[in-house]
Order: sequence, then structure tokens, then C-alpha cells
Amino acid sequence: MWFFYVTGILLFLSFLSDRSKTKKALLIAYQRFIFISPSFLVMLIFVSILLFIFPQEKIIMYLNYGKYMVNIILAALVGSVTIMPGFVAFPLAGILKNSGISYTIIAAFTTTLMMVGTLTFPIEAAYFGKKVTLIRNAVSFVIALIVALLIGIYFGEVII
Amino acid sequence: MKDQKKKNTKKNTNRNIYFIIILIYFIFVFYAYIFGIPSGIEIGNNLISFLSYMIKILPCAFILIGLFEVWVPREKVERHLGYEGGFRGYIWGIILAGTMGGGLLVALPVSSALYHKGARLSVIFTFLGASAIVRIPMTLFEASFLGFEFTAIRWLVSIPLIVLTSIFLEKYLVKQNFSIK
Repeated sequence: MWFFYVTGILLFLSFLSDRSKTKKALLIAYQRFIFISPSFLVMLIFVSILLFIFPQEKIIMYLNYGKYMVNIILAALVGSVTIMPGFVAFPLAGILKNSGISYTIIAAFTTTLMMVGTLTFPIEAAYFGKKVTLIRNAVSFVIALIVALLIGIYFGEVII
Repeated sequence: MKDQKKKNTKKNTNRNIYFIIILIYFIFVFYAYIFGIPSGIEIGNNLISFLSYMIKILPCAFILIGLFEVWVPREKVERHLGYEGGFRGYIWGIILAGTMGGGLLVALPVSSALYHKGARLSVIFTFLGASAIVRIPMTLFEASFLGFEFTAIRWLVSIPLIVLTSIFLEKYLVKQNFSIK
């Protein structure tokens, strides 16, 4: 909510000091919004379908079985294709922790969740182009795996 | 000239595909509500909950971007986030990302705005990467559920890697006449 107030106050101050500049600012805001809204709507549509097909809470529960390294990669892949706001993801991570899932797997999941955006690809590509978006997300994926492994080493779960 | 035309037709097919997806989707959800198909209703409800969440954030974000474009002078951005900024540019990028709300969907239009005001690419990529991992409210949340150590390691490992890869990415892209829309 603070976001809303800050915007309101700044807009008001801007309006007091220079009307035509404020008008221009609102026009820019409108144009930028229109530029991105189709990709945006398509992303939300995919997310709404995906969340119906795969309820994430269940998928991640299954990650506790099977080979460890495979599970880390799987958790990273699930995190990459999922979109979840932080206020849902971290309580979920807390629940997973309490149900005995290792820090390594949780880190692989939450870090890719934050850093890699498969569903936001069309939006990012609209600004950066497909190639750069692909490079950036692939790099982020690798960084997330490194983070997960180092967290695993720190907590003594991954033994070198 | 020919290239431009090609680009435009490509953009149009993209728009058309999006339009078709959106249309089919809404027809499906509309029928689902009328005939009470549970799967369609659940999907529709998912969309409504996302949209209502986004509608709270996005208009504010874009208005702030508009104000930024109008009020912040180009020289200032260049001095701190451009080639003149040096290493401190990355620190500014990370601080900016950490204090900003809204995640990637806000960070993307902001990076575009920064770019057009003269910020250098490596700082923008650092900003974008950092916006995913160091946002203060999110981090507090994370630390409270997974412990302070977990968050600390994640920061210490990912931030240097992000700065480093951003520098390489810039080096690679500068040769290719890359620009952000």
C-alpha cells in the first residue's frame, strides 16, 4: 500500500510544480503500459492455466524422493517455470523445510523461482529481444544452481 | 527499408498470435462460467486474482516511471549509472533494485527507462538480476522462514556472480549494436 501513497504524493508534488511536465509523464506512463499490455495478458493467461494443471505445492513435495542430484535439477526446473509471489513462496518453503526437505532443494527451487522467468519470457523479450533474454535466463539458471550447491555444502547436505 | 518492413510484419504476426490466444481463452472461460465447467471456472478465477493483484501495482509503477523520465536529468543518470559511474554504478544498481517493489515486471520497464537516460548495459543487467534476488521486503520474508544464514549465503554467492556476468554480457553486446526497446 505504501507504493500507492508514494506514487500519489509524488504525482501531486509534480502537478503542483509543473503541470505540463506532469501531463507528459502521464502520457509516457500510458504509452509504456500499452506497449507491454498484450504480452502481459498472455503471460497471465498461461500462468492461470499452468497453476490449474500443476499445483506447485504438490510437485515440490515429490522432489524428496529419488536421486539427489536429479532432484536438485528438477527443483530448479520447477522453480524456473513457475511464477509465485514471495509471500506465497517463502511460507511454502518454510513448510517444506519443516517436512524434511533439504536446504539444497529448497534453494534450487526458490532461487530459480526468483531469478529465472520462463513465463515472463515474452515480456522480457519485448524489451531485450529473444537472444539476450535467453542468455540472461540461462546464466541466471546456472547461478541459481551454484547458489543451491553452496548452500548445500554450507549446511553439510552436499558432500564434496 | 526492407529490413524495417520485415520487422513490422514480424511484429504484426506476433500481435495476431497474442490476439488469437487471448480470444480463445476468453471464449473458453466465458462458456465455462455459463455452463458451470469447474476447470474453466478455476482457471478464470486464477486470472482474476492475478489481474487484481497486478492492477494494484502496475499503474503506480508506470506513473513513477513517467515521472522519472520527465524529472530526472539525463546527466545525473549518466554520472551515477553510466560509464562515468565506474564501479559505484553497480552498487547504485543493486541499491535501486533492493528498495524497489514489484519484481521483474516492474524492473523491466524501469531498465528500459534507465537505458534511454544513459545508464550503461552492465549496470542495467546488474539491476535486473539484483531486482530478482535482493529486494528487501522479500528478503526479510525469506530470512524469517529459512533462516538468516540461508539468505546471507544466497546474497554473497549470487551478487558477485551477477555483477561479473553483467560485465561480460555488456562486453559481448556492445560489439553487436544492441539496444533496449
